[in-house]
Amino acid sequence: MNQLIISAATEGEKVNPLVPDLWEMLVVAVGFALLMFIVVKFVVPMFEKTFAERSEAIEGGIAKAEKAQAEASAALEEYKQQLTDARAEANRIREEARGEGAQILAELKEKAGAEAARITAQAHAQIDSERQAAVVSLRAEVGTLATTLAGRIVGEALNDDERSARVVDRFLADLENQNAGAGK
Amino acid sequence: MIALALPAQNSGDFTPPGINEMHLPAILPWGAEYGFSKQMLLVLLSVVIISAFFMLAARKRQLVPGKLQFAGEAAYGFVRNGIAKDIIGGKDFIKYVPLLFSLFFFILVNNIYGAIPLFQLPTFSHVGGAYVLAGIVYFTWIVIGLKKNGIRYLKLATVPSGVPLYILPIVVPIEIISNFVVRPVTHSLRLFATMLAGHLIVMIAGYGIEFLISQENIFLQGTSILVLAGAIAMYMLEALIMVLQAYVFTLLTAIYIEGALNADSH
Repeated sequence: MNQLIISAATEGEKVNPLVPDLWEMLVVAVGFALLMFIVVKFVVPMFEKTFAERSEAIEGGIAKAEKAQAEASAALEEYKQQLTDARAEANRIREEARGEGAQILAELKEKAGAEAARITAQAHAQIDSERQAAVVSLRAEVGTLATTLAGRIVGEALNDDERSARVVDRFLADLENQNAGAGK
Repeated sequence: MIALALPAQNSGDFTPPGINEMHLPAILPWGAEYGFSKQMLLVLLSVVIISAFFMLAARKRQLVPGKLQFAGEAAYGFVRNGIAKDIIGGKDFIKYVPLLFSLFFFILVNNIYGAIPLFQLPTFSHVGGAYVLAGIVYFTWIVIGLKKNGIRYLKLATVPSGVPLYILPIVVPIEIISNFVVRPVTHSLRLFATMLAGHLIVMIAGYGIEFLISQENIFLQGTSILVLAGAIAMYMLEALIMVLQAYVFTLLTAIYIEGALNADSH
């Protein structure tokens, strides 16, 4: 067949390009089968394995990153919680202190009031007693003075102390009665 | 290379109107001259190149890839995610990755030969290899369809749902022809024809330049520069088409497999 084609070509006759050379077909078939074998057996599995490993590595990395992210947000949540707790605690303490302060203030006020009242009462009592003393001494002095004055005026008639004291007492009693009546 | 050696023998026959007819004999490397042709060598070499590159790239299996591993992963990921996952999808698209991966890089390397000096021959400019690959794909998707849907698949693949009964006699033969007869033919010929045409265009440009330079008129010789510029542009275009055809072939394979898997919903 080869001889035929060559002679045909050299003679300038038309060779039909659609008629294949069987040997060439065989070589292509064998070559392609060989290539397919190598590709199926080695090339594709190796590439696929690499791809799978790579995507696994990437997915593993993503999982790791996601885990870290979750941990970070958990920690953040925890810190926020702690911050809120601390704020609440501070508020509570502040409220407590305010309450305590108010209580102390009230106690102090009460104490001061009581003290003031006590002092006032003491002062009143002192004033009363002093007044009483003054009244008593005045009564004595005024009696003496009045008696002296009256003795001088009426002459030595009232030298008798006992009598004069009686007169003075009566006079003062009258006076007090009048005072009390006017006072009331 | 053999093609370039030819015109030297027949240089006496070079006349301007003759160039167009010369390109057919120029396809002399058609068929195996010595039983084991350059074509066959290139096919086997491509298997070695692809295996070696991807074995080296995948061997280290580092989580953070080096340059070589990154290049290998990008190339593998292109077929895996860009074609298999996007087109077939689902959970078990991975089952079809080896086939699509092998097809893409096998065709890519064999096409790119055409753009590399010294190799300068896209393997699939000979139709045999394209038939083989399209045939493999053809049987693959039919077997997948039958496995997935049982014998009912033959009905699902040929009787479209929602078509009125009276149109079915027209539609069903069209579906049978387009799916089971024309599909593998277009699948293989698309690859073969683009590679052949690209190879021919670059070859014709080479012949043209050689012919123009061999003229006695200096101006005619000068025009060879224009042909050279055109040839370089065509070379770039061909390089693009070589990559594109590898992608198209693999993409269509994925679409056929997806169609067989989800025959219910088509």
